[in-house]
Amino acid sequence: MAAWLVRRLAASIAIVWAVVTLTFVVVHIAHGSPCGQSDGRPVAPETCAALIRRFGLDRPIGIQYVKYLGALLHGDLGESLALHRPVADALAEALPNTLTLALTALILDFALGLALGVYQAARERRFGDIALGNAALFVNSMPTFWLGLVLLLLLAQWLRLFPVGGLRDLVLCPRLDSLPCLADFAWHLTLPALTLGLVGAAGTARYQRAALLEVVRQDFVRTARAKGLPERRVLLVHALRNALLPLITLFGLTFPFLLTGAVLVETVFAWPGMGRLAVTAILQRDYPVVTAAALIASVMVVLGNLLADALYGVADPRIRVRAT
Amino acid sequence: MTEPLLRVRDLKTYFVTEHGSGTARAVDGVSFDLYPGETLGLVGESGCGKTVTSLSVLRLIPEPPGHIRPGSFIEFAGRNLLTLAPRELRAIRGNQIAMIFQEPMTSLNPVFTVGDQIAEAAIVHQRLSRRAARARAIEMLKLVGIPDPAQRVDHYPHQMSGGMRQRVMIAMALVCHPKVLIADEPTTALDVTIQAQILELLERLQAELGMAVMLITHDLGVVAGSADRVVVMYAGQVVEQAPTPELFARPLHPYTEGLLASVPRLDAPPARARARLHGIPGQVPASSDWPGGCRFHPRCPYAWDRCREEEPPLLDASSGEPGSHTVRCWLLTEPQRRTTRPGP
Amino acid sequence: MTVWNWLAVGGAAVLALVAVAEIRRRAGTGTSARRFFRHPTAAPALFVLAFFVTVALAAPLVTPYRPYVQIDIARLANHAPSAQFPLGTDPFGRDVWSRLVYGARISLGIGALAMLVAVTTGVVVGGVAGYFRRWVDATLMRLVDVGLAMPRVFMLLMVVALWEHVPLTVLVLLIGLTGWFGTSRLVRAEVLSVREREFVAAARALGAEPARVIFRHVLPNAAAPIIVSAALGIGNVMLLEAGLSFLGLGVPSPAPSWGNMIADGWPKMAVAWWASTFPGLAISLVVMALNAVGDALRDALDPRKETA
Repeated sequence: MAAWLVRRLAASIAIVWAVVTLTFVVVHIAHGSPCGQSDGRPVAPETCAALIRRFGLDRPIGIQYVKYLGALLHGDLGESLALHRPVADALAEALPNTLTLALTALILDFALGLALGVYQAARERRFGDIALGNAALFVNSMPTFWLGLVLLLLLAQWLRLFPVGGLRDLVLCPRLDSLPCLADFAWHLTLPALTLGLVGAAGTARYQRAALLEVVRQDFVRTARAKGLPERRVLLVHALRNALLPLITLFGLTFPFLLTGAVLVETVFAWPGMGRLAVTAILQRDYPVVTAAALIASVMVVLGNLLADALYGVADPRIRVRAT
Repeated sequence: MTEPLLRVRDLKTYFVTEHGSGTARAVDGVSFDLYPGETLGLVGESGCGKTVTSLSVLRLIPEPPGHIRPGSFIEFAGRNLLTLAPRELRAIRGNQIAMIFQEPMTSLNPVFTVGDQIAEAAIVHQRLSRRAARARAIEMLKLVGIPDPAQRVDHYPHQMSGGMRQRVMIAMALVCHPKVLIADEPTTALDVTIQAQILELLERLQAELGMAVMLITHDLGVVAGSADRVVVMYAGQVVEQAPTPELFARPLHPYTEGLLASVPRLDAPPARARARLHGIPGQVPASSDWPGGCRFHPRCPYAWDRCREEEPPLLDASSGEPGSHTVRCWLLTEPQRRTTRPGP
Repeated sequence: MTVWNWLAVGGAAVLALVAVAEIRRRAGTGTSARRFFRHPTAAPALFVLAFFVTVALAAPLVTPYRPYVQIDIARLANHAPSAQFPLGTDPFGRDVWSRLVYGARISLGIGALAMLVAVTTGVVVGGVAGYFRRWVDATLMRLVDVGLAMPRVFMLLMVVALWEHVPLTVLVLLIGLTGWFGTSRLVRAEVLSVREREFVAAARALGAEPARVIFRHVLPNAAAPIIVSAALGIGNVMLLEAGLSFLGLGVPSPAPSWGNMIADGWPKMAVAWWASTFPGLAISLVVMALNAVGDALRDALDPRKETA
C-alpha cells in the first residue's frame, strides 16, 4: 500500500511539474508583455521598461525558468503585475471561495445525481425514467454559463428570490461572523452552486443509471432476490454498493469539470473566486496570476484523481487486498 | 405415498424475443412433484428449460422479457406461489425454499464478506441479531466443511476458490434450514474432483437436515449417484419421469436413451463403449421455434409420420405403482417400431 | 423576415426530414440500425442536426439580413420577437435569427473541424505509441497523462489570451490539439491488443511488414469507440467554444458565434432576454442531439455497453 502510494504521489508530482513547465513555456512563447492594455489604457513605454526590468523579463529564459521553479518550491508564486501584490495572496483569497462553490456544487451534483439515477434505474423504461432521462440529457447539454444566465434572469431579476451576484452583502456583512451573515452567504451561494450542481447532476444521473442497470443484470443480484430480501434492499444495498464503484471514477472526472465550470459561473455571478481572478488576469495580461491559477487548477485536478484512487482502494475489497 | 411438498402443474414460462415480435416458449407445460426428503433430478441438455423451470419456482424470472403464463400452478405447502403477494413470496424465498446457482464466481456479491452474505438471510427471515447471525454464519461455514470458519467468515468472495465459493453458496442457502433446496447445476463450473466433494456435501446435508433437493443437471452421471427420481426435460417439456434405478434400467423415451448412451461407462467392454459414445445427433432447436408434432422427432431415430403430426401426451408406463414412470412418446403405443437403432 | 425566408426555412425542415428518412432507409434493417433507431431520441436528434446543417448552408436564403448589419440602431435595438424579427434583435440592433443562422456555420464548423483535428492526432499518436512501444510509448503516454491532468479551459484561456488576436484557424487547432488525449489511449490499447493476435505473428513469420497488417485491423476495431467519442466530443468542443467566446476570448465579435451572441445579449438580459436565450437554446439543442446520437451509436456499435 505504501509503495503504491509513493508511486502514485511521484507520478502526480511529475505531472504537476510538467504542467508548470508547459505553462511557463507557453507564456514565454506568446511574448506576453505586461505593456498591453490594462483597463484599456495604454502603458507608458518607460513604465513598461521599468516593469520588465523589475520582473526580470529581460533575463535569459532558462534563468527565468530556474528562478521560477525555485521560487515555486518556496511557495512564492511571484508578484501580480496588475494587482501590485503577491500572487499567492490574491490566490489565497480567491481559492476558498472557489472551493466553497465547487464543494457545494459537488454535494448537490452527487446527491441529486445519485437519487435520480437510482430512481430511473428502478423504473427502467417506464414513463418517469424516460422523462427524467431526456430532461437530464438536455440539462447536461447546456452551456453551464448559459444555464446560470437563465437562472439569474428567472430567479434573481424577475422573481427576486436571490441576489444577482457577489459573495455576500458587503454593507451589512463585512465579515462572516454572525448567523444572519452566514445565511446571507448561503443565499448568495445558492444560484451559482445550483447552476454548477444541476449540470453535473444531470451527467451523474445518466452515469449512475447506466452503472446500476449493468449491476442489476448480474448473478449476485439474483442471489440476493433468491434469499428473500426486499426489493429495496436488493437495489439499495446489493446493487448500489457495486454501482458506486464507477461513481468514484466519475468523482475524479467531475472535479476538473467543476473547476472549469467555475471559471464561467464565477464570471456570470461575480463570484470572487479563482476562475474570475484568472479571467480578469488574462484580460490584463497579468501572466504570473494566470500561470499560478493554471498551476493551482492542475494541482486540484491531480489531487482529485489521487483522492478518487484512494477512495477506490477503500471501497473495493478486491483492490484493497491487492494493494496491501 | 406422502403428500408432495412442491407441486408444479402445467408451468409455462415464455419470453419475448429480442426482436420484439416472437415468443420463446422456454418452459411449455411442465408438471412434476417433489416429495419431502427426496432428491429429484431434473435432466436435459442446455436450452431445454431446466434453469427457467427452477427460476420460475421462486419467480426469479426477469420480467420483462419473461412472464409465467396464467394457468400455471406451483403449489408449496398448500399455497400457489404464483399468486402470492410479493411480501409473502419473500417470506418463502431463502427461508422455506432456497436456491444455489451454477456460477459460484459471479453469484456472490464481490463487495460484501461471505459472513455478511450468509448472515443476511438469517437476519431478514429469523430476526436474528447481528451477533447471533454472525455466530450462525460461522456455524454454517463449519457445516459445509470450510476450514478456519472463524477467519473465513470475514473474507471476501474473491479470496476463495471456486469450490469454496460454492460451499459458501450452499451455506448461504441453508442458513434458514429450508424445506426445499433447488440446486441449479451446482457442480458444472467446478473441477471434477471438487464436483464430487460438493455432491457428497449436498447428500450429507440433505440427510442431516431432512430437506428435499431439486438437482438440476445436464449430467446423468451426477443424477445416477444422487437422485431418487429423475425428470427428463426436452424442448420445454417433461419427456420422461421415473425412479432413478428404473430409468437407468428401462429408459423408454428415445431422448433418455440417447442421453444414457452418451454417458461413458466403465463397465462396458471397450469396443462397445466407443460405439455407444455417440450421443444424440443435432441440437436442441430454438425455443421460439419448437418443431410441430413430437418436439424430438427431427432428432429421433425411430420417428414416423405420427410423430411429425401429433404431439404425444405423457403416457403411463409404470411397471409398479401407477404414475411412477411416465413417457411422452408414441412408441409406447406401437412398441414394435423400436427396432435396433440405426448405427452411427 | 419575408415570405421567401419562411418558405426557405420550411424547405430546410422538409429537406432535413427527407435526409433522416433517407439515412433510415440506407441503414437498412441490420442489427446495428435497429439498435440505433430503437432509441426514441435518435431520429429526432438526427433531424435537429440535419436541420441546423441545412439552414447553415443555406444561410442567405433563410435570413433576411446579413449577420453584421445594424438595422437601425436607434430604434431597432432590443426589439422583441415579431413577424419581422422572429427572434428579436440584439442590443446592437442586429437580427438575432440572422446571426443565429450564420453563427451555426461558425459554431458547427469549429466543432466539427476541431474534432477532426483531435481524432486525427489521437489516432496517429495512439497508433505510433502502440506500434513502437518501449520508450516511444512510454513518452507519449506520459504526455497524455499530463494532457489529461491539465485543466483544459485554464490552458486554453491562457494561450488564447496571450496571443494578441487568435484567428479562427488557430482557435480550431488549439481546441483540437487539447482534445486528443482520450482518443489516443483508446487507439493505443487497440493496437496493443491486435499486435498480440495470431495473424500478426503469422504475417511476421511470412516476412511481411506487420505495420500494414496491424493498422488494417486496428482501424475497423477501434472505429466504433472513436466514432462515439467523436460524436460526444463535437458537443463538448461546441460548449468549450461557447465558453471562450462568452468570455470574449474565442470568436471575436462582430463575427457571430453562438457563444459571443450570448455574451452580446447578456448586459441587456433583463430587458431583452431573447438575445441571449435563443443562441443558448440552439447550443443546448444541438449538443443534446449530438449526445443522443452518440448514445444511440454506442448502443448500435457496441452492444455490451447498455445505456438507454
